[in-house]
Amino acid sequence: MADSQTIGNRTRGMGEIVDVAGKVTETAPFGNTLAEMAKTRPEIVGLTADMGRYSDILPFRDAHPDRFFNVGMAEQNLIMVAAGLAKSGKIAYCTTYSVFITRRAYDFVAIACAHSMANVKIFAGMPGLVNGYGATHQATEDINMMRGIADLTIIDPCDATEFKQVVRAVADIPGTVYVRNLRGKVPVELPEDYRFEVGKAKVLREGDGEIGIISTGYMSARGLDAAKMAESDGKNVGVLHVGTIKPFDTAGVIEFAKRHKRLIVAENHKTTGGLATLVIEALYEAGIQKPLVKIGLADSFFECGSQEYLESKYAVDIPRFMTAIRDGV
Amino acid sequence: MNIRNHPPTEPDVEALKSRALNLRRKMMHMASGKGEGYIAQGLGIADCLAAIYFHELRHDPARPDWPDRDRFLLSTGHYSIAMYAVLAEAGYLSDDELPTYGLNGSALPMSTFDETVGVEIVGGSLGHGLGQAVGMALALRLDKSNARVFCEFSDGELDEGSTWEAAMGAATFKCDNLVALIDCNGIQADGPVTVAIEPVADKMTAFGFETYEINGNDMGALVDALGRCREKNGKPKAIVLRTTPGFGVPTIMARDRAHFVRVGNDEWDSLIEELERENG
Repeated sequence: MADSQTIGNRTRGMGEIVDVAGKVTETAPFGNTLAEMAKTRPEIVGLTADMGRYSDILPFRDAHPDRFFNVGMAEQNLIMVAAGLAKSGKIAYCTTYSVFITRRAYDFVAIACAHSMANVKIFAGMPGLVNGYGATHQATEDINMMRGIADLTIIDPCDATEFKQVVRAVADIPGTVYVRNLRGKVPVELPEDYRFEVGKAKVLREGDGEIGIISTGYMSARGLDAAKMAESDGKNVGVLHVGTIKPFDTAGVIEFAKRHKRLIVAENHKTTGGLATLVIEALYEAGIQKPLVKIGLADSFFECGSQEYLESKYAVDIPRFMTAIRDGV
Repeated sequence: MNIRNHPPTEPDVEALKSRALNLRRKMMHMASGKGEGYIAQGLGIADCLAAIYFHELRHDPARPDWPDRDRFLLSTGHYSIAMYAVLAEAGYLSDDELPTYGLNGSALPMSTFDETVGVEIVGGSLGHGLGQAVGMALALRLDKSNARVFCEFSDGELDEGSTWEAAMGAATFKCDNLVALIDCNGIQADGPVTVAIEPVADKMTAFGFETYEINGNDMGALVDALGRCREKNGKPKAIVLRTTPGFGVPTIMARDRAHFVRVGNDEWDSLIEELERENG
């Protein structure tokens, strides 16, 4: 186990693989799963824009070097080449950081890929506050941007258990898919019998109807941790994981919201334009008004630092959940 | 199964010129029906399209999804008027559809979309063509196909950084089954090409392409250059086409503002007469 005191006190190196305190983890679930499934699916190809090491795609490169293409630091070309491969019968898994896909290659994702329903599967690295290199590397508005593209599927997986299923599932989801990548040592949070279904929110924990957490990405795992801690206060908190952001499971969210007196919406993203906005839109259109606390990032740029430091400073950590559960603010 | 242009034959330059004239006729009628269009660019690229579709491209209009077809990618989506003309001339589209060009609800929109049969990519957002051509070239190579990819783009698109990213990719991946057709007609939306893009041929050579520079309205030069691009030598190919906007209709050739042509219906009739008088 790495020294969490030391790690927590500095910005981590980009490629640093760290243990996650108190969690069972799985290493490089993306690349390992992709390499395995590609053995029986010759139509799968893999691409990166100089981010092979940092996106965990290297196990695929090593297993299938003839089907791997590194286009260099050229994100527009990454998406164009992936689109061209897809339009000639391939399923193109491509990787770089979320910020570069969204902010730099947006037009290419929208027109070269989504508009043509091209089988391009984008695994966007280091979303939200995962990256400690500051605003240049922190995709804190990627869901907001990408949900604006028609015919694009958006997935924010919770943990290694779900993520491995997502890596396999996207191959058979028609068209272009944007997945928020989980890299390095990825915690195993969900039970083995958990089943990812595109477009379906999943109840991870049934509560007593008082407080319900609606969350996405690894914030769902944090919600589970917070719910467990709240047991000592006599609270039994429910957790709904919205793994697919688009298409949004409006019915599932409404059903869960109706069963709870107050709601907490949590995401590794700004609270503008992401999950909270989607949930509020859905509730308003269904005529549901309930107390709702948003856990997420402000509409701002964020500084450099360790993930622990940033999550504490910008209030997306466990103590923030506990305040929301106990005090309703 | 009726594969066009396969196996390769000696070029019949006069027959190809006749095809090019047919394309120009179709374009003029499309533009006159609507009263406007990107006719100058279309007339300029007509010779290249005739050479591609009726001499070089291995394709089958009855099977537009044939996996081993050669691909022609039109990156400049606003050249749609020329694309529809050649697709009709080749048999992908019916001549009857052409008058709907640019009209509401038409299957032949003002800019090309891949819903139209025979159109490989969405072409309107400039700088999207060459990179997709690289991806297709790589896919064909993985499939051990002999098919090639021809990608048209314009001198204006050399303003786009994505074009140069793609050019480096083509050379890096040794896409010798890729032919870039660069329409250097000297115009873009605001008038003459303003950015210092020349020398285009030298730049493409420096980026790793085997490059030919020709008069893009000279059918003999076109088929000669295309023939040279068949060589499998590990290098992508580029043909720099020096074309004249409005070629074949002197009044349009003489226009200062040729990017988008809008004239009255009676004037279209005289322009069509001019095309026949000059070329018929």
